[in-house]
Amino acid sequence: MSDLAAITDLDEFQRTARAWLDENCPKSLRGGGSSIYGITGGKKWNPSNPDERVWMERGAAKGLTAPMWPAEYGGGGMSPKQNKVLLQQMRELRIPAPLVGFGLTMIGPTLLQYGTDAQKAEHLPPIIRGEIRWCQGYSEPGAGSDLAGLQCRAVEDGDEYVINGSKIWTSNADEADWIFCLVRTDPDAKKQEGITFILFDMDQPGVTVRPIPLISGASPFCETFFDDARAKQSNVIYKVNAGWTVAKALLGHERTMIADAFGVGGGSRMSLADRARKYLPASEDGRVSDAALRDEIAQSEIDAKAFGLTVQRSKDAAKAGHQPGPESSMFKVYGTELNMSRHELMIRIMGPQALGWEGDGFEQDELDLTRAWLRTRGNSIEGGTSEVQRNVIAKRVLGLPD
Amino acid sequence: MELVLTEDQEFIQKTAADFVLEKSPVARFRELRDAADATGFSRDLWKEMADLGWAGIPYAEDIGGAGMGFAELVVVLEELGRTLAPEPFLSTVLLAGQALVQSPNEALAKEWLPQICSGDAVLTLAYQEARSRYDLDAIETTATADGSGFKLSGEKIQVLDGHVADALIVSARNGDGITLFLVPSSADGLTVTRQTRLDSRNAALVTLDGVSVGPDAIVGDGALLSATVDRATVGLCAEMLGGMQQAFDLSVEYLKTRSQFDVPIGTFQALKHRAADVFIEIELCKSAVMAAARAIDEGQDDLARLVSVMKAKCSDTYVLAANEGVQFFGGVGMTDEYDIGLYMKRARAAELTFGDAAHHRDRWASLAGY
Ligand SMILES: Cc1cc2nc3c(=O)[nH]c(=O)nc-3n(C[C@H](O)[C@H](O)[C@H](O)COP(=O)(O)OP(=O)(O)OC[C@H]3O[C@@H](n4cnc5c(N)ncnc54)[C@H](O)[C@@H]3O)c2cc1C
Repeated sequence: MSDLAAITDLDEFQRTARAWLDENCPKSLRGGGSSIYGITGGKKWNPSNPDERVWMERGAAKGLTAPMWPAEYGGGGMSPKQNKVLLQQMRELRIPAPLVGFGLTMIGPTLLQYGTDAQKAEHLPPIIRGEIRWCQGYSEPGAGSDLAGLQCRAVEDGDEYVINGSKIWTSNADEADWIFCLVRTDPDAKKQEGITFILFDMDQPGVTVRPIPLISGASPFCETFFDDARAKQSNVIYKVNAGWTVAKALLGHERTMIADAFGVGGGSRMSLADRARKYLPASEDGRVSDAALRDEIAQSEIDAKAFGLTVQRSKDAAKAGHQPGPESSMFKVYGTELNMSRHELMIRIMGPQALGWEGDGFEQDELDLTRAWLRTRGNSIEGGTSEVQRNVIAKRVLGLPD
Repeated sequence: MELVLTEDQEFIQKTAADFVLEKSPVARFRELRDAADATGFSRDLWKEMADLGWAGIPYAEDIGGAGMGFAELVVVLEELGRTLAPEPFLSTVLLAGQALVQSPNEALAKEWLPQICSGDAVLTLAYQEARSRYDLDAIETTATADGSGFKLSGEKIQVLDGHVADALIVSARNGDGITLFLVPSSADGLTVTRQTRLDSRNAALVTLDGVSVGPDAIVGDGALLSATVDRATVGLCAEMLGGMQQAFDLSVEYLKTRSQFDVPIGTFQALKHRAADVFIEIELCKSAVMAAARAIDEGQDDLARLVSVMKAKCSDTYVLAANEGVQFFGGVGMTDEYDIGLYMKRARAAELTFGDAAHHRDRWASLAGY
């Protein structure tokens, strides 16, 4: 248990955590000084601001990179209540998370659920310390929404598997150290039943990565090719041919992460109303001068507030011991669509100033936002499309027939 | 605040659900409507609800209440909303009761609150006028000084349960501000005419023609009025939440049972996705209602904002759930025989009570300073 977790009195916890945060988070990172993708860690990571590494290491040592994970692996060992207070302090002090990424949000929680003790002991501590960055090898050219149709093959060879095939849309594969991957181990079984969930090192001759340029101008995701790549059998999670179960559990964590990241307020530090004041003619009464736009801003904020309360309700229910169900699909659909519509609205508020790509006549903030808007168009596609999530809600929550 | 029901609240919910199922199915609402019942609700059932402690939920035990809060009250109202129960909760417990319990006039509170809690008195708030729309201040009813008291003149519309109220709390323009006065229904110069609404809820036109009241009839000012309407809005939204869930449950059931093209219509993705969207919106409403109720109980200073979030979401979503519901039902959805149409009517009426979604979006914006 970290020394913070030992403080059971929430008021005292709050004071101690706040004081520690204020003293230890470098000033250059306050209020959004870190890069837009956050502190990612990993062997290939080379932050332009060296304070990011300082903050990651201090945070990790204090258990703050994974506040609620068990202390035996280096996590903070905190309760959900303590975590809520901690996050609140960080928001108030405008302190960024000391570490972000698929290790913390996807593979870590899945290992805690399905990993053996040995697997947890091997993989969790480097995630917590930000030493190993992970990527997700799910989608293939022929297997997107119909993920279970994946073809990437793995064949046993001694205490290893030999992997051949390709993945696509692998986010940050070019910067990741390890991959969690879905492979077909039994081509004759029903499609969901021949899949295995396996982990392996990307730094080996059989792995090739090719970045794909996106409409936003960035290349955060890749084509990934496996040509006799090797994975240890000891890195199969749960059971051989039972990877679909693990895959779905991970998707649940992924959707929660996406909802958390996008639902409430993301995208820009400037409020929608302030942005409107910046781009619209001034009004005499101080209100946003365009009533139709004002209504849309309020709608967006009200939806975000109601969504935030719903995320909170789901967390409070979990704390009270209720099991989360397939309603996580709801967070994925609504959180992403909210984020997308907020960005659309920001673009319309900026008007012609939203049309810059680079160079003169546009502020950096405007150029960033235009690209951020283009990036958000993928939100309703990544992690399972909105249509697929609505199918899940219809079937698993409402019980509608196939 | 914790957005989760406590064990006690779960128990209240179960009790209310059982009660509603047994004593207040939609069929009862239809009977009252079809019989053009003079009261428009059941006094016996109202008394039974009061005996269960429901009318007194948010009131202190020393005045006959149950000493609980809005977190409990909304649980009960949600269940009543499921079957469109027309008992005078909104008028009596929420509007009049909440005006009195926050009033500096202790004598009036002492006189009326115990009767509200026991279910013996029906009270209401006459705040709405033909041209006031949702602006509580934009009224033409006047209070003119008359000796130590006042004379009230004006016309109020759609006063909830006004036709059977024992007393009405009336808002009137008094110089620059607004004052609330308690007027017994027997007062000279007061005319009450029952109105018939599409949702068959009870309402009345109230005309005041020089009604005399003493200084002891003052309940409070415009700030009290707006605080009261905010609190009543939380109650209304709980009822709406129950109604939209019931409308949606009926719809989903129909999607599973009605067959066309040899398959249940619920297999059609065009309908599935629309149902999924209604589901999500209802979940958001649930959270908003829970949060606003707890904000009252915990005395939070962002109550007004939460009320606007809640009413904007509940207005749009109840209408959405009912409109989509009728479409899911097809032709039978248009018949009086099927219940879904009753929810469509109630959704409209509730939407246009205490401000529609656009009104609350505008209020949210002005509270946030834009
Ligand atoms: C920014 C971004 C990052 C990503 N990162 C990763 C990653 O790190 N790792 C990874 O493995 N994958 C990643 N993906 C891939 C993502 O998971 C897939 O793009 C997604 O699952 C959809 O698959 P697809 O692109 O093949 O589209 P398709 O499945 O071909 O879908 C095309 C259209 O058909 C619709 N459709 C498909 N099936 C149905 C159905 N049954 N009912 C109704 N409509 C349907 C879809 O909703 C969509 O509108 C990422 C994608 C994006 C955009």
